[in-house]
Amino acid sequence: MYNTKKAKEEYCEANSKNSAALIEFCNVSKLYNTTNGGVKALSNVNLKIKKNSICGIIGLSGAGKSTLVRCINLLEKPTEGNVYLNGDDLTLLSEVALRKKRQKMGMIFQHFNLLDQRDAIGNVCFPLEIAGVSKKDAIIKAKELLKLVGLEDRMHNYPSQLSGGQKQRVAIARALATDPEVLLCDEATSALDPNTTRAILALLKKINNELNVTIVIITHEMRVVEQICDYVAVVDAGKIVEQGNVQDVFLKPKSKVTREMLFPNRDIGIGNAKRKIFRLSFDGQSSSEPVIANLVLKCQAKVNILGASTEDIGGKAFGQMIIEMPENEMAIARVKEYLDDIKIHYEEEK
Amino acid sequence: MNISTMLPALGQGIVETLYMTVGGTILAYVLGIPVGVLLYITAEDGIKPNKFINGLVGVIVNVIRSIPFLILLVSVIPLTRIIAGTSIGSTATLVPLVIGSAPFVARMVESSLKEVDKGIIEAAQSMGASTWQIIIKVLLPEAKPSLLVGSTIAITTILGYSAMAGFTGGGGLGTIAVNYGYNRYQTDVMLVTVIILVVIVQVFQEVGMRVATAMDRRKK
Repeated sequence: MYNTKKAKEEYCEANSKNSAALIEFCNVSKLYNTTNGGVKALSNVNLKIKKNSICGIIGLSGAGKSTLVRCINLLEKPTEGNVYLNGDDLTLLSEVALRKKRQKMGMIFQHFNLLDQRDAIGNVCFPLEIAGVSKKDAIIKAKELLKLVGLEDRMHNYPSQLSGGQKQRVAIARALATDPEVLLCDEATSALDPNTTRAILALLKKINNELNVTIVIITHEMRVVEQICDYVAVVDAGKIVEQGNVQDVFLKPKSKVTREMLFPNRDIGIGNAKRKIFRLSFDGQSSSEPVIANLVLKCQAKVNILGASTEDIGGKAFGQMIIEMPENEMAIARVKEYLDDIKIHYEEEK
Repeated sequence: MNISTMLPALGQGIVETLYMTVGGTILAYVLGIPVGVLLYITAEDGIKPNKFINGLVGVIVNVIRSIPFLILLVSVIPLTRIIAGTSIGSTATLVPLVIGSAPFVARMVESSLKEVDKGIIEAAQSMGASTWQIIIKVLLPEAKPSLLVGSTIAITTILGYSAMAGFTGGGGLGTIAVNYGYNRYQTDVMLVTVIILVVIVQVFQEVGMRVATAMDRRKK
């Protein structure tokens, strides 16, 4: 047992030194001791997050995704396994060395967690004070960052005087103050309305592009991943059940959990067993083409839309649609042919 | 007896009472803040959990708190003599005042710190803040309004304790009330001291609450 574990660790270490991954999880497990025995929040998680990428970690409530992100900056210490940042094993660091590393990892939260008794600029200066930057330099840097997030005119406002979106912008500026390599976002948009969410995600994308900051996003919302992530890992019951490029995972979801999250309401229509149910995936086809109308007209098939969750992003359609097929087998064949023709991925639901 | 002949004594009594109350409160906080912080951070869900220290300090605090102040006052007289050189007068009274009120202040500080949002502490940890930085830059500043409200309660309690010290010759309005009002049945003197005490409490309470509200940045 010991030998194999040791060998595994050595393998991990050698591997992480060579890979282009900024963050790497190697067989990470986290066990919580409760009065009713242990609860395994994470079990054998392996994950690589590439430099300058935007990685989404998605899962339902209680899946373990918050624990997972806290294992990156070791706010939660893994019970087993190793976490690497740039090839350095964080689990081996002393407390002082770990604090230094944490200054290179910014973090934002669902409830913003700003200091209520400090104004916006005071909040942004806070991590710089911790890092020992002089007051004068801290203020210069803080002003720069508040400008970046579009709040330069609000710098003397206290959190209670700001809206949710503005608070999150201050939090983002604060997280970026120490020039981190990675920005960890723990349900950062979950307390915001859809418009504010979009604006905050656009800001994160801009930060990723302009400052080359790797971003890790924890969320339970598919549209967050759809909008900005390159890579996605789906977490369920403490395990990563699926991971890959966003397009691949969303187009051909392998696990039940992913499907459920892609289309949360799909149970509604399913149940009428007589007719076949198809799930269509849109992954960037032109949104101006009336796909369903054409399908009905060309195939002479009366399909019934049971549910849809699609979004138009920059003139392209993304999302899923569930349709009920006619009973006629011939019509179904025509529909299949048509969908193949226009290259829309579909799958029969069972 | 005409109350006007009492005026110089009452004036001195007010000065002594204020000296004991304010001085006692300051010293109680000098001791109480570190102990309160210690209780908070070593708690099971604190930032530096330590069952042994938390349990030990908790027991000491609870033991002193459960001794009625009048009994504490008398029982620490030998210690008071060692520290202050005498057991009579307002400076000597500071010793039992601080011993009696510091544990109470420590619990008030602890409960004020508990009101600080855990998320804010987690954010500070995620930025690499040390325990000391979290205490100085996060916990105490964020708890400031609540600490100020607590201090107005503490100051009122300490004022009450200082009056009790009148029975052992502690000085201040308490001694006047005991000597004239109680021992000599001069009800008018007793009444006047009570009124003065009520006014002092009102002033402390009002000023404390206003300062706490004015300093709190959470509303407005």
